[in-house]
Amino acid sequence: MINTARTRKGELMATRGFFGRTHKERDPRLPPGQYDVGSDWPVLTAEVTPRIVPERWSIAIDGLVENPVSWSWDEAHQLPPSKYEGDIHCVTTWSKLGTSFGGVSVDTLLDAAVPKPTASFIMATSSTGYTTNLPLADVTGGKAWVVWTHEGQPLPREHGGPVRMIVPHLYFWKSAKWISKITLMDHDEQGFWERNGYHDRGDPWTEQRYQGD
Amino acid sequence: MAVQPNIPPSVGISAPTGIWTTAKVVEVRHPTPDSVILRLDVQNRVDHLPGQHYVVRLRADDGYVAQRSYSVASPPSDPLVELWIERIYEGEVSGYLAEVVEPGDDLEVRGPIGGWFVWDGATPAAGVAGGSGVVPLIAMLRHAKVLGRPELLKLAVSGRQLADLPYPEELAAAGAFIALSRTDQPGRAAGRLTAAELRPLLGDADTTYVCGSAGFAEFASSLLVELGCPADGIRVERFGPSG
Repeated sequence: MINTARTRKGELMATRGFFGRTHKERDPRLPPGQYDVGSDWPVLTAEVTPRIVPERWSIAIDGLVENPVSWSWDEAHQLPPSKYEGDIHCVTTWSKLGTSFGGVSVDTLLDAAVPKPTASFIMATSSTGYTTNLPLADVTGGKAWVVWTHEGQPLPREHGGPVRMIVPHLYFWKSAKWISKITLMDHDEQGFWERNGYHDRGDPWTEQRYQGD
Repeated sequence: MAVQPNIPPSVGISAPTGIWTTAKVVEVRHPTPDSVILRLDVQNRVDHLPGQHYVVRLRADDGYVAQRSYSVASPPSDPLVELWIERIYEGEVSGYLAEVVEPGDDLEVRGPIGGWFVWDGATPAAGVAGGSGVVPLIAMLRHAKVLGRPELLKLAVSGRQLADLPYPEELAAAGAFIALSRTDQPGRAAGRLTAAELRPLLGDADTTYVCGSAGFAEFASSLLVELGCPADGIRVERFGPSG
């Protein structure tokens, strides 16, 4: 379907003269095709960075839930705190290892909203209108957070502050910046980048970068 | 790329997307010691829209792979796909592409990719780019020329010095406003782009494309907002470090 004998992983010919400079002492925390960006944190958004006042921010859980609910900035801070410590992976091939975020577990929000039995996917929506889709199972069971601090400091605006979602086991475009709403659905619907060629799930360990991977 | 656009969720954008394929390197040029231009004959090519990018994947004998994204500089009508690649210090992909690749080599590529930072040449647009962020605007510029509508696109670009910019002669010939931050020019002291310098671009533009480093993109998009450009009319491509 594509061409020559280069269609399946493991059967591809090596690139002439390429040995790779850094992989001999590769960190096992790095998924395939990723490199360690060190202490940097590249900013990769496609828009004018919005200015969102925490006092006017809120997050809602809606769609297929028994109890549609929303929290203001102050209300969200009253919820049991939760922290993520670990790695994040961007589809543009950088990974940031050993970092941390603080906020609240998405489980806490969903527990309050009570998903209906038919709910199996979510759409995360940002205050900018950005959307990204995820299986419900990828944001439950301690796998996703809504966060307002990074390494103990307020989350910077360009990195999604005051509040973003993080789903660190998937490529980072799934971690919607400036999160404002999580909608539960009984079917999958593509979000913004997913409609534009990126993978519906985005598992970095199997390199689900683009549709068809 | 990989990015978060400011767009109503109902707005559908569809741009062509290609799958992994093989490209034959037809031509290699080194416009400066820190950059390389590759012209590729892409098998089973899917035509791109100006602004889209390709991924190049390198594979070592032991199966190790490294891949990076590069914006396309050529217009869709060009029979070859042209990539301009900045050589990053100690970059394992850009270093390989700059030093080792020769005409006749095969490269694994995937493209086109990216459905947001694209311009189809149908409506007036403006482009503001810093350094290597110029590359996707070159594809737009060439496309406008092919369409016979060069007046549709107005450009302002910024670099430390002229030699740091991709395709400096082509930019100058097209009438792009060129701001050099570290070099005095006739009639312009060294310095960053100013709002006054961007204002003339914006008259007719439906969409303004901003491309460059994160710092440049933030600076330029803020200037545009100050000038009254609506945020949802600005599309930004921020280049992260990409070795």
